[in-house]
Amino acid sequence: MSTKDWPLWEVFVRSRRGLSHGHVGSLHAPDAQMALRNARDVYTRRQEGVSIWVVPASAITASSPDEKDEFFDPAGDKIYRHPTFYEIPEGVEHL
Amino acid sequence: MSTDVFQATIDADGRIEPRDAMPDGYRKTLIRQIAQHAHSEIIGMQPEGNWISRAPSLRRKAILMAKVQDEAGHGLYLYAAAETLGVDRSELLDLLHAGRQKYSSIFNYPTLTWADIGAIGWLVDGAAIVNQVPLCRCSYGPYARAMVRICKEESFHQRQGFEILHKLCNGTDAQLAMAQDALDRWWWPSLMMFGPPDTESTHSEQSMAWGIKRHSNDELRQRFVNMTVPQAEVLGLRIPDDGLRYDEESGRWSFTQPDFTELYEVVKGNGPCNAERLANRVKAHEDGAWVREAAQAYAAKKAEAAA
Repeated sequence: MSTKDWPLWEVFVRSRRGLSHGHVGSLHAPDAQMALRNARDVYTRRQEGVSIWVVPASAITASSPDEKDEFFDPAGDKIYRHPTFYEIPEGVEHL
Repeated sequence: MSTDVFQATIDADGRIEPRDAMPDGYRKTLIRQIAQHAHSEIIGMQPEGNWISRAPSLRRKAILMAKVQDEAGHGLYLYAAAETLGVDRSELLDLLHAGRQKYSSIFNYPTLTWADIGAIGWLVDGAAIVNQVPLCRCSYGPYARAMVRICKEESFHQRQGFEILHKLCNGTDAQLAMAQDALDRWWWPSLMMFGPPDTESTHSEQSMAWGIKRHSNDELRQRFVNMTVPQAEVLGLRIPDDGLRYDEESGRWSFTQPDFTELYEVVKGNGPCNAERLANRVKAHEDGAWVREAAQAYAAKKAEAAA
C-alpha cells in the first residue's frame, strides 16, 4: 500500500487573529485528524498560524481556466463600479 | 487556455497555473526539475542526520534537528508542487528508488567531521540559495510559491553553518584545522552544484525561454564566488584555489573552474556515497510501510464506524 491511496488535502492557515485563512499548500493524509497534524508540522514550523483548516481537495469545485473569459468578462465593462470612474469637481472633500 | 495563450503569458512574464494548457515539454521539464529538487531535499537529510547524535552541545543538536526537519518539509512542499502537474508523489519516489530520477550530486559526499556540518550550511545551503532565489520568480506558480517558503527557511540554515565555522575558526588550532579541511573538501563540490558550464548545459536554453530558469549556470556560479570569498576572509580560512584573483575592472573574482568530469562521474552514480544514500532511502521507505498501512487501516475503520 502506498500514499497513493491517501486523499489529498488543501491546507488553509490563519496567520493571526483578525485575518482570514489563506491557502498555503496541500498534503496527503489518511484522514482529517492526520491531515491537521501533518499540516501543523509541514506549514507552521515557525508560528505561521493560529488556526488551520484542512479540506479534501476532491470537495473543491473550481472555475475552469478554459471558460475564464465568459466567466469573468461580464465585470469587464462595468467600470462605473469603481470610485475612480466618477468626476468630482475640484475642492470637494471627504468624498 | 490554448498554447498561444501560454506563450503570451510567458512573454508577458506572467505565471502559469496548474490547470492551464501548457506544452508537453514544459510540463515534463518541470516534473523532472521539481522531482529532482524534492529528492535532493530528502536525500539531503542524510549527511546532516549523520551528526545529530554527535552534535557537540544540546543547542547544536536542537538546531540541527530543526534544520533536518526543514529539509523534510521542503521535500513535501516540492512533491506537492510536482503533483499539481499530474504526477503522484509515490510514482516519483518509485523513480528515485529505482535510480531513474536524480538528486543533487552534492549529497553523495560524506560528512566526516563536525566542521562538515558548518561547511554544508555555509557553502551548500549558500549555493542552494543562489540557485533558488531566482526560482521564486519561476513561471510556474506552484513551484515559485514553494520556493518562496523554502528560501525564507534556508537563510537560517546558511547562518547556522557559518556560525559553526566561525566558532571553530576562533577555537583551538585543531578546530581551525578541522574547519579548513572541511572547506578544502566542500569547495569544489559546492561550485559543481551550479551544474555544467553554459557551453555544455543541455536543458538551459529552453528552460530560460520558458521562464523556468532565470540565470545561466556560470552566472550563478560567479555570483556565489563573489559572495563567498569575503565571508571566507572573515572566517580566516583559505579557499583552496591558487587561481583566485580579484578583478578590479569587473568587480568580480576570477576563479578556477571545478573538474567537471568529477561532477559527471558522481551524477552517473560513482560518487563516494551514492549507493549508501539510495540504500538508506529505500530502507527508510520500506521500514515505514507498516506505519502507512496502519494509518490507512485506522482511517478506513473510523470511516466505516461513522457510516
